[in-house]
Order: sequence, then C-alpha cells, then structure tokens
Amino acid sequence: MDSLSAATAESFRLLFSGDADLWIIIFTSFSVSVKAILFAVPLAFVVAFLMAHLRYPGRRAMIAGFSAMQSIPAVVVGLTVYLVFSRSGPLGDLKLLFTQTSMVIGQALLALPMLVALSHAAFQAADRRVWETSVTLGARPVRAFMTLIHEIRFGLIAAFIAGFGRIIAEVGCSMMVGGNILGYTRNIPTAIALETTKGEFAQAIALGMVLLMLALMLNGMLAFFQGRGVMSS
Amino acid sequence: MKRFIANLLYLTALLLTVPALAGEPALVRMATTTSTDNSGLFDVIQPVFEKELDIRVHVIAVGTGRALELGRRGDVDVVLVHAKAAEEAFVQAGYGLQRHEIMYNDFVIVGPPADPAGVRGMSDAGKAFGKIAGASAIFVSRGDDSGTHKKEKAIWQQADIRPEGDWYRQVGQGMGKTLQIAGELNGYTLVDRGTWLAYRAKSPLQLVVSGGGELRNPYGIIAVNPERFPDVNHAAVQRLIDWFKSDGAHALISGYTVDGEQLFYPVTQ
Repeated sequence: MDSLSAATAESFRLLFSGDADLWIIIFTSFSVSVKAILFAVPLAFVVAFLMAHLRYPGRRAMIAGFSAMQSIPAVVVGLTVYLVFSRSGPLGDLKLLFTQTSMVIGQALLALPMLVALSHAAFQAADRRVWETSVTLGARPVRAFMTLIHEIRFGLIAAFIAGFGRIIAEVGCSMMVGGNILGYTRNIPTAIALETTKGEFAQAIALGMVLLMLALMLNGMLAFFQGRGVMSS
Repeated sequence: MKRFIANLLYLTALLLTVPALAGEPALVRMATTTSTDNSGLFDVIQPVFEKELDIRVHVIAVGTGRALELGRRGDVDVVLVHAKAAEEAFVQAGYGLQRHEIMYNDFVIVGPPADPAGVRGMSDAGKAFGKIAGASAIFVSRGDDSGTHKKEKAIWQQADIRPEGDWYRQVGQGMGKTLQIAGELNGYTLVDRGTWLAYRAKSPLQLVVSGGGELRNPYGIIAVNPERFPDVNHAAVQRLIDWFKSDGAHALISGYTVDGEQLFYPVTQ
C-alpha cells in the first residue's frame, strides 16, 4: 500500500495534467449542487420567514421538526427519492431515476432542513420593526421581505454556505439516485468512493483536494459579501 | 463590483440549467456487478459496442442482488450478472426474458502468505473452507447478497458448515473493498479471478486455492421483460445481446488481459 505522501504527490500531478474525465466529474458535481441549492434556498427562506413571522398552532413543533430533520442520513433521503422515482414507484413515469435531475431533487431535499433551521434562526434574531417600518412606509410584502433579507444577509449567507457544504460533499444520496454513471452522474464524492474501493487512493485524494479547493474558492467569494466580519459598533 | 459578481453567479446558474443537447443515440441502462466493472473489461469493450451499435450505455455497477432488484423494478433495461440460480429465478418470475450465458471466469480463494489454515495448493473449495473454519482462521465475507456472496454461501452449504464466530467477518461491501479489508485483517476471502488479477499488485494476499469445478463463475445477460415494463429500450438491448454473441466481441473478451493473464472466457456455441 502506497504511503500517504506518495498518493498526495500523485494527486497533484493528476490535478495539473488536465485530465478530461476529472473535469467532467468536477463539472457534474458543481452543476448538480448549484442547481439544488438554487431550488432549495428561496423555498427555505420563505418557509423560515413564515415560521418566524406568523403565529399559528403547531409552529414550534414545525421548527423542532426542521431542526431534527437535519440529522436524516443522506442515504435515507436517497432511498426515499429512489423509491419515489423508481419505475415501479409513484412517479416512475417521469423516468428521472439515474439522471442528474433526480440528483438535484435529492440534494435540494437534503439541504432544505438545514437551510430552513439556520435561516429561521437568522429571521428570529431580526428586528420586527424592519418589517413593520417597511410596510408602514408603503412597501408591498415582497419588497418588505427583500428589505428584511438584506438586513439579516450575513446570517442567511452562513445558512447558504452550510447548506451547500452539506450537499457538495454528500455521497449516499448521489450514489443511490444517480447511479455513479461515468461521464453523466458521477460526481466528486461518488468518484472518491469508487476510487477508494478500487484501491486507487491517489485518484481519491486528488478528487478530495479538488473539492476542498473549489469549496475554498466559493467561500472566498461569499466572504466578499460577508462585509468586514466584525461586530457592528 | 458586488452587483457584477452577483450577476455573474446568476448567469452561471442559468447556463448550468440549459438542458443537454438533443439528438443523442439510443440510451440503454445496464445494471452490472462491481466485479465486472472493477475488472476493467468494460473500459475496453464499452467504447467499441457503443460505436458499433450507435447506442449510449449507462453502466450502473452494484452487487448482483441489487442489480437484479433494479431489473425487477424496471429501473434498468438489461442486467449482466453472475448468479445463475438467482438469474433463472428472475427469468422464471417474468421479470426478464431469456438468460444468455456470454462468458465465464472462475473464483479463487486468496489468503495471507503465512496460510494459517494450510490450504495452499488445494483445488476443492468446500474442503478448503472446512480447513479455514476448523482453524478458525479469519474469513472475510462480502455479506452483501452479491453473486460472489451467493457463491460463497453455496460452498459453505455444500461443505455442510455453518460459518459462525469471531473468525467469520461479513463486511457488506464491494469486491475491491472486501479484498482490502481481508488484506488488512490477514484473512481469507473468495474473489473472482478478474478482480483478483486487477488488485493483485496492490494486495498483501496470495492466491491459495483455485481450479475446482464449483469455482466456475458464469456471467449471464438478461433483457428486462418489455411486456412488464413497456418503456425499456428493448430493441437496443437485443442488439447489445447479439453483439455479445458476435465473433468480434469474443475476440475482444478473450484478448483482454491483466499482467498477461486472460480474465474472461467467452461462451461460443
């Protein structure tokens, strides 16, 4: 078995040799996860806002429910989506199983509870007067909602980063509903799982480093929106 | 500047959602076993049959148990697996059409160089299993209802041994992973020769038992029944099955070697 350092050296070589298969895998990963997060975020923000803004029976149970759902293993979400989209399942006619679309749906469902729980915490910490002032000044609800979102954007960005981090790195759901098909539904985490089973540790580590680097870049970009990152005075 | 970056992100998101280009060749979904896929055979034959038949094949590599389950649910168009009894039951129950035996290889038993059970050089798998159990030497089982696992269970049954105890470890993983675990634990395991040859260089284990009749490992290809699942791509699957029976395919399969050793033997009749 190769030593860790040899595998790491090999991983650098792979990364910079412009391997086409590697780049397809990287592109698939990002294409799927970006779409998933873009579907999940608006829905999560609206749900979280309603939970923080309205008062209705069962509200606290709902909040606790979303928090608890963060602990559902990815593979269970994957199995559920698989059973729904299987040709013998309720939505089998859509023929979505083993496509990127089903991966997007699975990852969006996976990110949703975390996005709702974290953005709800941000909405909860917001000042109700932001909303009330906007409405008093004649803003329509959508406009007032956007103002509120701008007010608590740091908390929401943190929720976004956490949600994206969960799905870009998950393997169970993608493996189950995507099928790890080369050049189509193979993403970075499922490729890492496969290369590990094959004993190709260098490939696996190379892919892991790509994931880390791209995550760093993305977080760097978001840090740009994060302002100075200090307490306001 | 912030607006610019926001727009850029938005544009990227839009571009990513543009659907794939139309006019693709016919798509066939094939469920096959990890041992077929890990052996590297498909890397050689898949580009050839995709080009010759003008089809696109999505290969989903799982254990034989799950591959057949995918077929039973109509989630794939064709299965290529190695568990004769389970395949025949699959056909019998009406999930698949005919079973075509297209190639075979054999299973071998690999174990630690020290060979604590003293089975090196044997060819009778049942007797070898008996000695391993008798010595309580570590045996790593796939434990995942795959074709290899089914074969292993059949051998235990034939030898009239109920494998139980600390020495018998069921890992529930694919063939490659199971070999790695057996290597780390200094244990014995049953492996198809294809995967063994592909992993031999990376494994501390050695081949100890091979050649016995019950170790033969035939591969069958079965089209999922189009009457049960009307939207399977049966026409393309039939062409793929015919391709596996062609001389060209036989030559490719017999010509595939790892370290100079032939892995699969095509069935010609």
